[in-house]
Amino acid sequence: MKARIKITLKNGVLDPQGKAIEGAVKGLGITNVGDVRQGKYIEVDLKETDPAKAKGIVEQMCKDLLANTVIENYSYEIG
Amino acid sequence: MLRASVIVFPGSNCDRDVKTAIERVTGFAPKMVWHGDASVPSSDIIVLPGGFSFGDYLRCGAMAAHSPIMKDVITKAKAGTPVIGICNGFQILCESGLLPGALLRNASLHFICRDVFLKVENDSSYFTKCYRAGEVIKVPIAHGEGNYFADQETLDRLEGEGRVAFRYCDADGKVLADANPNGAQRNIAGITSETGRVLGMMPHPERLYESPLGGTDGRRVFESALLSTLEAA
Repeated sequence: MKARIKITLKNGVLDPQGKAIEGAVKGLGITNVGDVRQGKYIEVDLKETDPAKAKGIVEQMCKDLLANTVIENYSYEIG
Repeated sequence: MLRASVIVFPGSNCDRDVKTAIERVTGFAPKMVWHGDASVPSSDIIVLPGGFSFGDYLRCGAMAAHSPIMKDVITKAKAGTPVIGICNGFQILCESGLLPGALLRNASLHFICRDVFLKVENDSSYFTKCYRAGEVIKVPIAHGEGNYFADQETLDRLEGEGRVAFRYCDADGKVLADANPNGAQRNIAGITSETGRVLGMMPHPERLYESPLGGTDGRRVFESALLSTLEAA
């Protein structure tokens, strides 16, 4: 099984990299864009076949390490 | 006597500076403790130094917060051993949950390495009692991720409990947006734990502890640690 994990900054947390990307996109002449927010994408191979156990493992790694829940949200798909 | 332990992570680069500063200011040489060790020797203070532990992978301080030594650092801190985290050390303290909030990328996106003015807000904590509240000191910063963030409720609590140790200010001590180098909420440069025994700060006091270095405003952090330790003995 593979976990595909997305980590994004919470609303209200300043994202200066997203702002810089937004500026660069507009610099390409593409003006019909709004806010840009940058995040992380992580793939983890799981040595687990039980979906419930896999979910538990992914939750634990997200909460304890992959995301800092003070500033970030996480979501994932397992399959 | 001051028994200090400096934790050395792979990628720490201010560990020897802070060791020298503590030795020169207090007269007592710290022990250097490798992050892979299981426990910290019995210490009066624990120091988490600046640098780029684990290359800042994932988030600054995130990997170091899970180093083997940190279990014991957290246990000892919770049991009352004073801990100071400087720069990357502050990031590690936040990532390990010993201090609230997080350090984000500087609002300018630039790495900033220069002297800044700090207003002393707390002159009674373990590492700040040799300063006077309201005085303005000059200490260097050197970071790309020093933009202190916490939710409004946490910030209000920190202020209400007198846990903001230092704030970025101008030369006259005015806490202004223009004097904020990195976008930190409420110009916060350093905070303490509830007990005042854990201090995290982005500026580097170990870089200004004797006049040939360009100033002495940082030395009272270490004098405070010595005084607090002697008072408790």
